[in-house]
Parts: sequence; structure tokens; C-alpha cells
Amino acid sequence: MLRIACPWCGERDEAEFRYRGDASVQRPAADAGLDAFFASVFERDNPKGWHREWWQHAQGCRRFIKVVRHTVTHEIAAIGKPEDDPAVPE
Amino acid sequence: MRHFSLRTLLTEAANAHQGWARQWRAPEPKPAYDAIIVGGGGHGLSTAWHLATTHGITDVAVLERGVIGLGNVGRNTTLVRSNYFLPENHRFYEASLKLWERFEQDVNFNAMVSQRGTLNLFHSDAQRDFFARRANMMRLEGADNEFLDKAAVKRLVPMIDADNGRYPVLGGFLQRRGGTVRHDAVAWGYARAASARGVDIVQYCEVTGVRREGSRVAGVDTTRGTIRARKVVFAVAGHSSRLAAMAGFRLPLETHVLQAFVTEGVKPMLDVVMTYGGGHFYVSQSDKGGLVFGGAIDGHNTYAQRGHLPVVEEVLSAGATLIPSVKRLRVLRQWGGVMDMTMDGSPIVSATPVEDLYINGGWCYGGFKAIPAGGMITAHLVATGRPHPVGAHFGLDRFRAGRTLDERGAGPYPWAH
Repeated sequence: MLRIACPWCGERDEAEFRYRGDASVQRPAADAGLDAFFASVFERDNPKGWHREWWQHAQGCRRFIKVVRHTVTHEIAAIGKPEDDPAVPE
Repeated sequence: MRHFSLRTLLTEAANAHQGWARQWRAPEPKPAYDAIIVGGGGHGLSTAWHLATTHGITDVAVLERGVIGLGNVGRNTTLVRSNYFLPENHRFYEASLKLWERFEQDVNFNAMVSQRGTLNLFHSDAQRDFFARRANMMRLEGADNEFLDKAAVKRLVPMIDADNGRYPVLGGFLQRRGGTVRHDAVAWGYARAASARGVDIVQYCEVTGVRREGSRVAGVDTTRGTIRARKVVFAVAGHSSRLAAMAGFRLPLETHVLQAFVTEGVKPMLDVVMTYGGGHFYVSQSDKGGLVFGGAIDGHNTYAQRGHLPVVEEVLSAGATLIPSVKRLRVLRQWGGVMDMTMDGSPIVSATPVEDLYINGGWCYGGFKAIPAGGMITAHLVATGRPHPVGAHFGLDRFRAGRTLDERGAGPYPWAH
């Protein structure tokens, strides 16, 4: 069970959130070419360790948040708003 | 390899069962092999057996980080079926089901293959129409299935609450050749038969790096030293991205956990595999009497072989809605296995950007039923350098080329498949 501290609503149960994937993925520029779009749409680092990811507070304020979570221990190191760049631990 | 038969059993019974020996060798790894298979799970062992039998390649090592049978091959819910919608998927899983039907004779090992039938329930007109379309797609390919009305479903599974207020059961879609196979026996059967043909199964041997010479693979570094090889196969679904990172490329998948559950044993109450269309819940009854069931993946990247409570609650409540009598049962065990969830929900059996390095992975939650055919097509690819006809569409190149096999039509979101 995760408890995720929404920057707007405070600490809430994982069941209120919807997972939205790897937040380190950036959309390429429109003219970046096929390889860049292929990498952005399909390829993932899929780390065993710290992972920067999107969650949506779907059953709450409905905002998107950035979470830095460990994919083995499930520890959450940092949480930010979409425009934030929460630090990934060493 | 000592042949197993009724005669063997009677001989041993008269001998107070003192003559049973270890069923596969435990060799030290050699410095070099023709082929190394990383991962001693179902697909790795099946690939080794197919390489040795079909292609005559026996200078093969299967490297397993722990003990064979303790990874995903021993963590699934043992179901086999071929009721897929897309022709590419259906053809492959049907080839696999046909291999399950002769598996015990092929490897001379009792795997308790039980074709008790797989019943998918539907609860709305739209769901019925989609199942009818799926059934027709299967019939075009020549596979069996039956469409049942509500009365026929109730005769088959009288314990369900077909008139529940939330998701009343309208009917079902039955594949009689689907069923269950004892998963431990699959690992042991392939290991025993492959070992007898000369394959080295090396346990407690974790791969820590991939050796390259220019554009091609040259071997692997392990906790038991460097082992050279002309060809290397990754069969480590759940950890494919980690091995790919050692070899210098990325894969179109994420690692997710799927949970499974077993209740205390009860008298026979369910003699088919049943899936609930109103929520994520599927169930069968084991030969020991326990109900074996599961539901959806937890839905966020994780390498932890344990699940979270919200999914436990969701699965148990879906089960209790469909079969109210299970509320009185206690859950004895609950566990999780981590899987490669691909961007289109279909597997990857493919060459890779590194020459002579192949991958068998991306099985999502369907890897167990695919073991015989997965090994067959991987061995074919390794031995000949060309994809096997029933697995030709599982190449990594399909993503870049826009030929994804998206059974659910969910798009490039691994947690949605």
C-alpha cells in the first residue's frame, strides 16, 4: 500500500490515484524524426531502483503529480507538481 | 535418463522407493558453449530442450540465478488456452496448446495436463458481441469453442450468482481444450529431458555482464566466472530490461507485478477454468482442492515480487460477487510475480541490435501457456537465424514499423494491457 502526498490535497491512499507512466520521457520536437519518436513512444529505461513517474489524483483533485519512487522497496523519495523537477536520490 | 512408466513406479514401490535418483545433472559451467540461455524458467528450459531435440544443438548451458522452478514458471496460475482474438496471437497460442497436448509424451514426465475447459463469462450485449467475434475469429483458424447461453452456463458452473444485480451473467464462451498444467512439473520435465541430452543446467549462476566483440555477442560474465558463447539468449521475462541494459539497448516494455491467490482446500466445486467478465477475476480449482485465482496487475512499475492491498481487495470482491460461497473460505497464500509488460501486450521473440544475441520475453501475464511454443520458436530463431513461421510477427522491429499486435487495443501503455 502506497501513501502518496498530493501537493494539493496532502497524504492520500494509493487507491485514489491512477498511474500514468514514466515521467522522464519527453516528447520530441515535431521535426525530430522517426527514431526520436519511436524512442519516446515505445522505449523505456524500466529501472530497478528509483523511477520518476506520473500519477493522477483521479479520485481527488484530478491533478497530475510527479513521484520519485523506488521500484523494489516502493519508498517514495520526492513528490512534485508537473512543472517541478523532483530530485532522484543517488 | 531413466524412462518413467507404470513399470518404473511398480519396481520402485517394491524397492521401498530407494532407487529414485536426481533427475538432472548439476555440472560446473564450462569455459565456452555453442549457446548460452540466460534464465532457467519455463521458456529458457523449453528453448534448451527444443535446441537439443529439434536442432541437435546440445552444447548449451542454461544459467539460472537461483533454483529452477522458483521464478515465474512456479508463480503463475497454471492456465493454458488459445482463445485469442488476433490471428497472429491465436495461431501462436494454438500451436502452444497442441504442444501441451503431447508435452508429457515428449519429455516423459507427468505434468498433470488437464483439459478441463476455459469458460469466459459475459455480462452485457456489447461483451457478448465481442466474444462472438473472438469465437468466430478462432473458428476461422480451425480452433474449438462453444457459445453457451445462461442456462448452459448455470449447468456447467451452478455455484455462480448468475443473477447478481451488478453484473448478471448472460452467457459464456467455452474452449474445452483449455485447462491447467502442473507448472513445477513443466520446469522439471524440460530440465530432466534437456539435461539427458547434454544441456548443462547451471543453478546459482547470476549473469552480471554481457561480453561483446565489436557488433556481436561473445559471452557473459557471471557470479561463477566468464563464460564464452557463440550465441546468447535472454529468457528472463520480468528482468529483460536489466539484461538488455547490460548489452547496451533498451526495450519497449515495463516491469509490473501480478498477484495470485490460493484458498484452503474444499471438496470439488469447480471443474472448469472460469473468468469473470464484470471485473478482473479468474479461478480454477487445484487437484488439492484449493481455489487458485487472480486478477489484474497492480498497475505501476515494480520489480518487487509482492503486491499491494488495493488489488487484493479488488480481486477478492470480484470473486465474492461472482461466487458468493467463496466468502467463507480463507486465503492460504498470496504472492506476486514480476513480468515484462510490453507496449502492445504481445510477446517479444526476436533478434536484437547485438548480433547473435536473441531475446525471448515480453510475455506479459501470458507466459506460462506459451512455454512449449515459445521455446520452439526461440530455438528455431537461434538455430537457423530466421524467425519461425508461427512467431515471425513477435520481432522487436514491429514497434518501429507500426505493426504492433495490440489484442486489447489499449495503446502504448504497458499497465493498460
